[in-house]
Order: sequence, then C-alpha cells, then structure tokens
Amino acid sequence: MKLTLKIWRQKDANDKGQMVDYKINDVSPDMSFLEMLDVLNEQIINEGGEPVAFDHDCREGICGMCSLFINGEAHGPDRGITTCQLHMRKFKDGDTIYIEPFRAKAFPVIKDLVVDRSAFDRIQHQGGFISVNTSGNTQDANSLPISKHAADEAMDAATCIGCGACVATCKNSSAMLFVGAKVSQYALLPQGQVEAADRVRNMVAQMDAEGFGNCTNTGACEVECPKGISLDNIARMNREFFKANI
Amino acid sequence: MAVLDSKVPKGPIAEKWTSYKNHIDLVNPANKRNIDVIVVGTGLAGGSAAATLAELGYNVKAFAYQDSPRRAHSIAAQGGINAAKNYQGDGDSTYRLFYDTVKGGDYRAREANVYRLAEVSANIIDQCVAQGVPFARDYGGLLDNRSFGGVLVSRTFYAKGQTGQQLLLGAYSAMNRQIGRGKIQMYNRHEMMDVVLVDGKARGIITRNLVTGEIERHSAHAVVIASGGYGNVFFLSTNAMGSNVSASWKIHKKGAFFANPCYTQIHPTCIPVSGDHQSKLTLMSESLRNDGRIWVPAKLEDAKAIREGKKKPTDLSEAERDYYLERRYPAFGNLVPRDVASRAAKERCDAGFGVNATGEAVYLDFAAAIERYGREQALIHGDHNPSAEKIDKLGKEIVKAKYGNLFQMYEKIVDEDPYNTPMMIYPAVHYTMGGVWVDYNLMTTIPGCYCIGEANFSDHGANRLGASALMQGLADGYFVLPYTIGDYLSNDIRTGKISTDLPEFEEAEKSVKEQINFFVNNNGTKSVDHFHKRLGKIMWNKVGMARNAKGLTEAMAEIKALREEFWKEVKVPGSADTYNEELAKAGRVADFLELGELFAKDALVREESCGGHFREESAETEGPQQGEAKRDDVNFAFVSAWEYKGEPADAVLHKEQLEFNDIELKTRSYK
Repeated sequence: MKLTLKIWRQKDANDKGQMVDYKINDVSPDMSFLEMLDVLNEQIINEGGEPVAFDHDCREGICGMCSLFINGEAHGPDRGITTCQLHMRKFKDGDTIYIEPFRAKAFPVIKDLVVDRSAFDRIQHQGGFISVNTSGNTQDANSLPISKHAADEAMDAATCIGCGACVATCKNSSAMLFVGAKVSQYALLPQGQVEAADRVRNMVAQMDAEGFGNCTNTGACEVECPKGISLDNIARMNREFFKANI
Repeated sequence: MAVLDSKVPKGPIAEKWTSYKNHIDLVNPANKRNIDVIVVGTGLAGGSAAATLAELGYNVKAFAYQDSPRRAHSIAAQGGINAAKNYQGDGDSTYRLFYDTVKGGDYRAREANVYRLAEVSANIIDQCVAQGVPFARDYGGLLDNRSFGGVLVSRTFYAKGQTGQQLLLGAYSAMNRQIGRGKIQMYNRHEMMDVVLVDGKARGIITRNLVTGEIERHSAHAVVIASGGYGNVFFLSTNAMGSNVSASWKIHKKGAFFANPCYTQIHPTCIPVSGDHQSKLTLMSESLRNDGRIWVPAKLEDAKAIREGKKKPTDLSEAERDYYLERRYPAFGNLVPRDVASRAAKERCDAGFGVNATGEAVYLDFAAAIERYGREQALIHGDHNPSAEKIDKLGKEIVKAKYGNLFQMYEKIVDEDPYNTPMMIYPAVHYTMGGVWVDYNLMTTIPGCYCIGEANFSDHGANRLGASALMQGLADGYFVLPYTIGDYLSNDIRTGKISTDLPEFEEAEKSVKEQINFFVNNNGTKSVDHFHKRLGKIMWNKVGMARNAKGLTEAMAEIKALREEFWKEVKVPGSADTYNEELAKAGRVADFLELGELFAKDALVREESCGGHFREESAETEGPQQGEAKRDDVNFAFVSAWEYKGEPADAVLHKEQLEFNDIELKTRSYK
C-alpha cells in the first residue's frame, strides 16, 4: 500500500504546530498502525530528519499509553480497540490519513502527538482508592461474599485504561466517563461504601479544577471508548454525587 | 564463597519467615519520617512497595518512564495470580504451592524464598479484595479459581483476562492514596540513568526527565530497583516497547551481581510472527490451555497442504490430528509447564508439521470445549436433546464469557475468527527468570540497594509457572521488602538527609552527560532499531529455545562485534535537552548489547538443560524420558552470579550452591 500521511508536528508545548505531509510506500496490510509509524520514522531518520513523537508502550491495547486522533476519530476508524491494535488492513491503497494528537485544554501537547494526561492521575489522587493499609492483616477474602452481578459490573467499569479517548472525542472535553468508571467500580462494591460520599465529591471537584467540561449526553465517548465503558457509569456517578450532597 | 551470603535464616522452613520477622530490627514511626527511599519502576512490585513503604511512614520517591504509574507492563498480565487458599478444597496448601513452584522451576530456585512466597500468597488475595480488585466470582458470591500449567489444583484467581491490569490498578490506587498525602513523590516520564554509591552504599540515583531532557540528582537512604525483566534483549518479545534492562544493568556495573541471565521463559501461546515489520509479539493467556487443545496435522502432507492454503484445519478429522501434548504427557496434557509446551511446539514445527506460511505455528483449538460447554448449558436450560446449532451457540457464549477479550485481541491482529477456526500460536520470549542476585532480604550485593519483582532472580528458578509472576511481584512489594528493608534502615536513623552535592553525585552525573552527548553528536549512519533488531536475531537464533556450545560461542563474538559497530555507527537524531525517544532507546540498547553477551556466556557455562534453558548436548537419550531435557544436579545445582569486570566476556562467576532440605531433587516428569 502507498499512503499519504498528514501529521501534526509541534516542537514543544510553546510551539504553534502545523500539519506536515509525508509519503510512505510498501505498507503491509498486516502492520499495526504504530508499526506503520515505526517504518515512517525509520525513513525520516535515514533522510536526516527528526522522527514523529508519539506515545506507545505495551502495543497490545491495555496500557493506555497510545492515543492519536486518526481521520477525526480517537484510536481511528475501528471499534473497541486502541491505536496499537488498529491494523492497516482497515485502510486502502492510496488513502490520505490525518494524524493528530488527543486535543483538550486539560491535555496540553508535549511534542508532536504526545500529550500530557497527568490530570487523570491528579483526579485519582483525590479518591481513586479505598483507604486500607497493605498490612496483610485484612479479613479473609471469602468472608465478604459479593454478588457475581455486582462483581462483573464493577469489573466492566474497572477495565478503563485511562487513555483519554473519551475526553478527546467529547465536544465538551469532558472526563466524566473516565471519572464515572472509577467512581462506579467502588460504588458497586461493598468495600467502596465507607468513603463513597467523600470520594465522589473530591474526584468531581478535581475534575472541574483540571478544566474538563461537563457531560451533555452526546454519547460519543461510549462509542469511541476502546474498552466499551458504558454511559451508565456517568449516570451512576451523577447519582452518587447527588447522594453525597443531600 | 564468602562474597555470596544468602542470609537464609536458620530453623525449619515453615518457621523461617515468622521467626525472622520477630527478630529483625525495626525503625520507630517517628524515625521513619527522616528516612527516604527511592523506588525505580511502578509495576506490581515497585507500585506495591512504594505504597507500603509510604504507609509505614518512609518518604518515598517513585520513578517511571511511562506517563503514569498505571501503565507499567504488569498491566498486560492476563491469566491470573496464584494463592494457596484451598478455596476449592482440592488439596492445596502452602507446601503444595511451594513444591509446585520449586519443581516447576526445575529445582534451580532458593527453597527458603519460595516457601515464603507461598506463605504470603494468601495474604495477597485478602489485600487485593480489600482494595476493591474485582476478581471473578461464582454465583454464591465467593471467589472463583482456575487452573494453570504445571499444577494439579485450581489455585489461580483472576479478573477476566485482565488480572494484571486489575492488580496493578489496585497497587496504583494504594499509591494514589499516598501521593495525595504527599508521602510518595511521583516522577513520571523519568528514566534512571545510574545509581550513586557513597561509602559503598546505594545513596541515590541520577535520572533524565524524558520531557525536558534535564539530568537530575535524587538522594535516599536506600534504593529499590523494580524495573522488570529484560526480554526485549530479543527485540521481539511480549514485553512493552519501553521495557529495558538499564536500571538493573547500571547497578550491575556498580557492583550488583547478575544471576542466571540465561533463564528466559519462551511462552508457548503467542500469536506467530507475521513479517519483518513486526515490533512486538502478543501473548494469548495460558488460561486458554484450560479449554484449548493443541495440535498439528498427523501427516506431513496435510501440514504442507494447510501451509499452501489447499486445506483448512477444520477439514481434518480427529484421526488426522496429532494432539501431541496429550500424546506425550498424558498426566498433564495441554497443561504442561511453559518450557515443556514451547519445546514440544518447536519439535513438531522443526519436523515439518507447522501450519502457517512460515512453518512456525501450531493450532490451539476450542471446538471440543465449545461442544462440552454447549451440552452442559443445554442441560442446565432443560434441553435434553439439543440440536448441533444450539450446542454450538450456547458453547460459544460460555467461551466468550471466559475468554472474550483474548479472542477479540486475536481476531484484530490475525483477522481470523477463533470461534470458528482454531487459533494459530507459536512460542515467544515472555519473561526472564534471571535477574539481579539478591539475598533473603531482597538486597543485592550493593548494601542498601534492593531488587524486587521480575528484575531479581530469586523465586522462579529456571522456569516460571503461570500466574506466579503477579504473586511474586506483589509478595515482594507488599509483604517482604517493607519488613526486610527496615532491618537495614534501622542503622540510618541518625544519618540525616543525604546531600546531592557530594562528589559521588557529581561524578555520576558527569558520566551520564558524557554518554548522552556522545549519542547526539555521533556521526553515525544507522538507527538504534537497526542494531536492536540485529541483536534480537542473534539472540533468537543462537540463544533461543535450544542452545549449543558452538552457537553460543558464535553469539558471544557476534554480539561483541555488533556492540563495537553500534558505538561507531549509531545515529541519534535530535538534541539532548528535549523529548527525544531515539536518545532514550539508544541508552537502553547500549545496555542490551552488553547484557546479551553475558546472557550467552551464562548459557555456555551451564552445560545442563534445566527449565527454559535447553542445551542440545544435554538431553535424555533413552528410557521413558527420551528426548526430554536432562538436568545435572551433581555439577549445576547452583545459582550463577556474575560480577562485572568491564567487558561482559570477562565477568567473574560466583556460585551460590542450592540446598534442598525440604524437597527431594527428582527428574521433572509431567508424563
């Protein structure tokens, strides 16, 4: 396959940035999208240029490090995957592909396609935990039966990989799917009840302080989420938030 | 052997850890506030250690090269975590977990460490449940278990196919609580460039801020390395792209012995290589072997027809298939340990029975499981005479519930539907059992420098059993290191803050900067990846699943030559004071090029086959074990601990003799 790539290049956070065109030949349909970028970077290095910076690590869809807005969609055209799991067979010979960073006020660009998502960590510092010490003296795991349905639903919420696709996709740059998933995981489990009110209040306050927008029920986040995190989690967070404030 | 003191406590094995804990020195809570600890790496071991040390009251500085501690590669572990809870009532016990782990490791692990691991395993599950880790449960609300290779009980706890993710997020949540309280200072996107020794003790590290390029000095009273394994020395592995040996290698160069580098796990169930562009390999969890049956065609002509696309696997009748693991190992069948399963796959493919275009793939088939589950479900739904379609539909639903995410992952990569056609799998580099030598306290041969998790060598011997890596990482971080480090730090309560202005820091910083400046100014012609890929090829072809003296000797010479070429010809674009991934990669590959040679040397010296290390010269030639690996307990029941002396070829071997008082050394049979 031969492709034309239009890629966002930005030297650092202060640079204005621009789209730059690249031509790439000999792309195999079996390559992952990031392997295609590896080939491009090797080509750029051999021509004496500076390679395109992009975040990536596990390359199996679980670490949440990779991002990229591809042809206007977070993680590209396929569903239920991250960019590293996107394969070139989803594109056609001769295609032009637009590659941009995840854009949001709370995710400033570091370089090219790399953005700073530390706002997510700071939200977690405000309550993304159960206050139990790692003493080894906790009660036996099976002394607390939890219904399979609750455990499975908590697991579904907990599969969030913190990639930020929800924020990049949302017209309001809202992080409510991300925060809702964490609040839900604990709200669904008995272990999470003790601190439930403080947790949701503090995490929501930090979310607002970071400059994320609010949810207006468009639902784009759910569509683009690589892990299929449901909008129900936002509803549950709202419920928890009201409960905590009455 | 005076240099290597394992410091294993005296007494019966079941009492060692308890009595040891009762007798070590402690640091009182007020003094802990005056003591700083550095933790490098935030995976299961580093993350859990950082959180626990901070809870205890120490001031912790934690470092990760990723943009968040939550992204460490422990997150990719799929199948599960072992614990001797005996919830299934199938005869499990601390002793049995200990026994299985020592046997699984082919009797090359230190007994006392493994027993302690088995002992604290049950605590891990209690702890994780208290933290809100959503483990799989049965309909009664209790925790569910499954089986893994090399054992005869169900002791593996899991959270779908994302157990590593959930456990890591548990440790991450514990860290977040301490970061919020200011007890952990978290440094994301930072790479450790060197360790700093003051008066022979580890007192700090030099780091590079991967965003700004800034070189920083950090001091502490102890340094904990938890930076994972070195599988990426093969270029292609299931490790993350950034996984590297550098932190371990830097401490090795400053005096920490490196143990058993040749013990590498080649995992049997990975997606086969598809082409030269490949950047990494993807694992399909071992849990799939609970329900999947591994086979190749029984006849060479069928294998050939399949490779040429003239036949499909589903065209072959049962009689035309060779379920070779079930045939060779009737007792364990598809659940033999990883090293055994990998070698068996290689044996069949080398003999010409491989099933993909490259001839390096075998089938993992779920048809039998789908039918079995389908019939069972039909019965549960009251249908005593279900149609074939109904059995198929119900069976696929169960398989989807159990392994859905893995099947989806496979389909995205290979573009085939594993519900309807068998998966193709082949072994790939996955985990490194070798690593930095540590004593019972998890301290390296550098005083005050500890090493935990995959980065150390201690618990898995020559082969790791499935679901034991998560157990070891969390055991080290939550329950072992936080105790043992206190014994050392109790001597530091009057030391006061370590100054980063000491000449030792200055000198370390200077040499780090020199290397960086060399890279960005070198007038080379070839990219870092170019060298990394060539190193990987040498490793895979000559230091891979089967090794011999001739190949290993050649590998050592080739790696040395490649290293010399690298230092002349490597090209690193960009500058030192910006975000520069090529520069970060150059430093890591430079270390891999040294480790690779030591790895081959270690494999050359170990003239026996054990676990993941298979020497072609050392195989059983007759009897029921014919063709199987042949261990040599008389001459090789020791840990190889290598001391750095400049060139890897000049490294000096120290031996820690392994003593087995509680387990009889036996031929490892899974037949």
